[in-house]
This record gives sequence, C-alpha cells and structure tokens, in this order.
Amino acid sequence: MAKSSTLKNMVVTLFAVTLIASALLGGVYALTKGPIDLAMAAKTNNAIASVSPEFDNDPSAEMFMVESAGKSYKVYPAKMGGNAAGFAIETYASGFGGRIALMVGFNVDGTIKGISVLSHTETPGLGDKIEPSKSSFSAQFEGKDPQNFKLVVKKDGGDVDAITASTITSRAYCDAVTLAWEAFKLCSNQKSEEEKANE
Amino acid sequence: MEYILIIISAVFVNNILLSQFLGVCPFLGVSNKVSTAAGMSGAVTFVMAVATLVTYLLQYYVLVPLGIEFMQTVTFIVVIASLVQMVEIIMKKISPALYQALGIFLPLITTNCAVLGVAILVVSKEFTFGGDPHMLNMAQAVVFAIANALGFGLAMILFAGLREQLELANVPKEFKGTPIALITAGILALAFMGFAGLV
Amino acid sequence: MSKLSLITRGILKENPIFVLFLGMCPTLGTTTSAINGLGMGLATTFVLIMSNIVISSIAGLIPSKVRIPSYIVVIAAFVTILQLLMQAYTPGLYETLGLFIPLIVVNCIVLGRAEAFASKNNITDSALDGIGIGLGFTLGLTVLGAVRELLGSASLFGIKLIDGDGMLVFVLAPGAFIALGYLLVLFNKLKTRIS
Repeated sequence: MAKSSTLKNMVVTLFAVTLIASALLGGVYALTKGPIDLAMAAKTNNAIASVSPEFDNDPSAEMFMVESAGKSYKVYPAKMGGNAAGFAIETYASGFGGRIALMVGFNVDGTIKGISVLSHTETPGLGDKIEPSKSSFSAQFEGKDPQNFKLVVKKDGGDVDAITASTITSRAYCDAVTLAWEAFKLCSNQKSEEEKANE
Repeated sequence: MEYILIIISAVFVNNILLSQFLGVCPFLGVSNKVSTAAGMSGAVTFVMAVATLVTYLLQYYVLVPLGIEFMQTVTFIVVIASLVQMVEIIMKKISPALYQALGIFLPLITTNCAVLGVAILVVSKEFTFGGDPHMLNMAQAVVFAIANALGFGLAMILFAGLREQLELANVPKEFKGTPIALITAGILALAFMGFAGLV
Repeated sequence: MSKLSLITRGILKENPIFVLFLGMCPTLGTTTSAINGLGMGLATTFVLIMSNIVISSIAGLIPSKVRIPSYIVVIAAFVTILQLLMQAYTPGLYETLGLFIPLIVVNCIVLGRAEAFASKNNITDSALDGIGIGLGFTLGLTVLGAVRELLGSASLFGIKLIDGDGMLVFVLAPGAFIALGYLLVLFNKLKTRIS
C-alpha cells in the first residue's frame, strides 16, 4: 500500500529519492573515474602507436600544442633513445556527415608514416572507406612526402586517388592531412631550434 | 546564414525521425490522423524548445562548473518531466479541448526520445554548419531544437496523411497495421535520403 | 504463475518489440549489426533488472502522486551507472551505441515495466520479469541486427561472409524500418503457427 499523497510526503519522498540517487552516482563516478581516464588514454595511445615510427618514450606525456593558421593542434612526439623519431598530430576537418578527426604520423624527415581515423560520421559504405580496415584509401599516403605528393584529390589537380562517389569526404580528409602537415612543419622547426639551443 | 543551414539540416537532411530514429514511438502511435499528428507536433515543439534552453543553461552553468557532468542524464530527464507537467497544467486551464484531444499522449512527451535526445545532442557534439566543427551557442541551440521539432512535425504529418490512405488500401492480412506502417516509413525515409549533401 | 513462465512470457507472448511495440527508437537505431543489437539489449536488460528490483522494494514508500517522477529518477540513476561502467570497461561499444545509452531512461519498456509490474509485485518476481522482458528485447535486437548486418554488410557478428558490400540500404535508416516491418510479419506468422 503506497503512502498517502500529502504535500509533505510527496516533497520528502522526491527529495529523498533524488538525494540517495545522487549520492550513489557520486560514489560510482569516483570509482570509475580512474578506469575511464585509462580507457580514453588507451584510445589515444593506440592511435599514436599505429601511426608512429618505433619509439621508446611516452608520447602522450610529452604532448605539446602547436598554433597554425589560428588553430591549435595536439602534437605527440615519438622519440628513440632521446632523439626525435617522428610526430603524431591530431587534426580535424568538416566532412560530408560532420567532423572527421585524424591522427597523422610523420617521420622526422617529413614523410607520412601512417594515418588513423579517430572519429567520423561519414556514410557507411561510401565515406567510411577512410577507415584503414575498409579500403586502401588511407594507405596511399604512407611513405609519401607532402612536398612532392600533392595533398589534393586528382580531380582538383593533386595526387590523391579519391574514394569513388565520396569526393567531399576525400577532400575533407586531404584538408585535414594538409593542416597536420602545416603543423608538423612548425613543430619540426621548433624542435630543431630547441636542439640548437641545447647544444 | 548559419541559422538557415541549421534549419535545413535538422528538418530535411538529418530528420530527427527518419534518419536519427528519435521519437518513433509516438510516430507509430499517434500518426493515424493528421489532426492529432499536428496537435502532438505543436506540443512537442514547445517542450523541445524550452527543454533544450533550460538543459543548455543547466549544463554550462551548473554541471560543468561543478564538475558533475555525470548527473546529466538524471537532471535532464527531471527537467523534461517537470516541463511536461507544467505544460499539462497550463493547457488544462487555457485550452481544455486540446487537452482532451491529446489525452494520454501529452504525458508521453516525457518519454519521447526526441526531446531528451536533442537536449543531449546539443551539448555533446560539435557541429559543422558551414564552417569548422564547433559547439553550439545558446541561440543556435534553441534554433536547432525548434528546427528538429519542425522536422518531427513534418515527418509526422506526412506520415499521417499516408496512413489515412493506407486504411483504404488493400493490404495483405499479415501486413495490416504496424508492419505496413513501418515499411511505408522506410520508403519515406528513403525519399528523405535524397536530401543528403544539401548542407 | 510459475517462475519460469515469468521469464518465457517476455520472449514470445509479451515480446516488447514484436508484440508491445515499445522501445522502437533503440530497435531501429542500434541494430546496424548483430553485436550492436546484442550489446544494446544487454545494456537495457541491466537497467531493467536493477530498476525493477529497486522500484519493487520502495514502491510501498512512495506516495502514488509522485510515483512516476520517483521511478524516473531511479531509472536515470541506473542508466548513469551503466554509462559510467561502459565508458570505463567497454569504450568501443559505448562509442558505437552513443546517444542511445542515455536514451534507455526514456525507453518506454523500462518505465512501463516498473509501473505495470514491479510496483505491484515482490522483488524476486520483479527481477525475473526484468530478465524475461530483457531477454525478449535482446533477442529481438540481435535478430534484427543480424538480418541488417547480413543483408547490408554481408557479414555476421563481424565475420565477413563474402568479399564486397551488401545492400547498403539495410544499414541505413530506411532499411531499419523495412527490415523491422518484414520481421514483424514473420513473427506474427510464427505466433499463429505456434498457438
């Protein structure tokens, strides 16, 4: 039998239920905060590892920001034995269905080591071919030096083979990679200045 | 200009019902007559707009500053439930006829996934309306909510018209009722896919 | 009624998707593959069982005029717990299911069950009912997900069956409606055949 619906009972009940629920949630939140942070870090670290040359440092811990054309980019330096081996850069562009986020890995000499997709909302079967598991579109960038390999689709006079029937997605992808390259050029300048200063 | 893009995107390209699958329960339940569909859509538009505004403020002025974003689900649904309750009370006083006509469907707006869905969407992801990915500001959020509600209404009213016709058609026994309604909805969704790429 | 029938009832006679037509939004939105459907079903089942148990325990203490808001708060709390747990331990599935996880709180099945059954029955029966309905929901989601994955991506549970794409429309919005419509017809035929 439920309690009678007097105003006092109603207010007290709602208040109590909400209070207990909030306290419980606060507790669970505190317990899961660690694992959640770990899971999010693991995602970034996996992306970095898949596009970077071999490294023995912790790129996430040494992350720094680079300003290029009014926007900030996260750069994760990969080092081997203390020397820079490459840089993984997070970049974005507006695709067909929304934001495309990529992790572009550069070797120190400026060639692209690899590109992985962090997130996207492109059309399944068409734009989603930017994912490495779905087609070889992203593989064509590996080993290329953007100084010689024009990061623009062939239709627009560049060297990139676009995804069939997904020109907008392909263009956005190229834009994102270009932005990452601009950021890379800035940070490799930064790095060489630091090295000169340390000598 | 951006507002026009928001409206076109929400009403046609990413129709809340036909491409995001939010609000399907009332869609299948209320849409047998154009008049009820219209009344329901009006109520939903009002609740969605006000709910989005309130939850937006709640998120950015209470939840984020206090670091209690995990309370989002609880607080948002409480806001929506309270709003619907208020709308019920007001409507009973102002327009008892409409209140009677909507019947059970008015309190059911609380469980309409579209209302909670839009409120969460607005504060969760970055949008790319004509530019770089960014979070919506308050004015854009409200316009987005109203536009989505209009899209909901449009789909509902179109569908109600189709269902009124279906009642008179010669439908095989096993398909009568919900199955044929679903297949028709699928064809309507297919038609709306033609808007893809507009924005 | 027997304890076992509490569970089996949710699978056939009162299947939430095919008979009660509840929870349509996640049914259409998360069934792009069998695994997604299965994950969503299990997630919802967790909330169903937990909220049924808690609501059954406290139903006597709640004044009837505020019972719906109170139940909603309880359900929302468990949905949040689910969100936190999934974010920590199943991040891939969490990202794929996205918006539909918090939307479990407005899944008519959960609130409907709480109001219609859990608030009027003891804890054990309510838990069993939650298991039964959850099982029926999960089964429906997995079957629909499997059908859409098979037709749309030519794969099952992530294993590619043929090289190349399937009929893509089935992993997109229209395909969801159409596949569910036809599945419903099959289910009805099955039901009349059995009874």
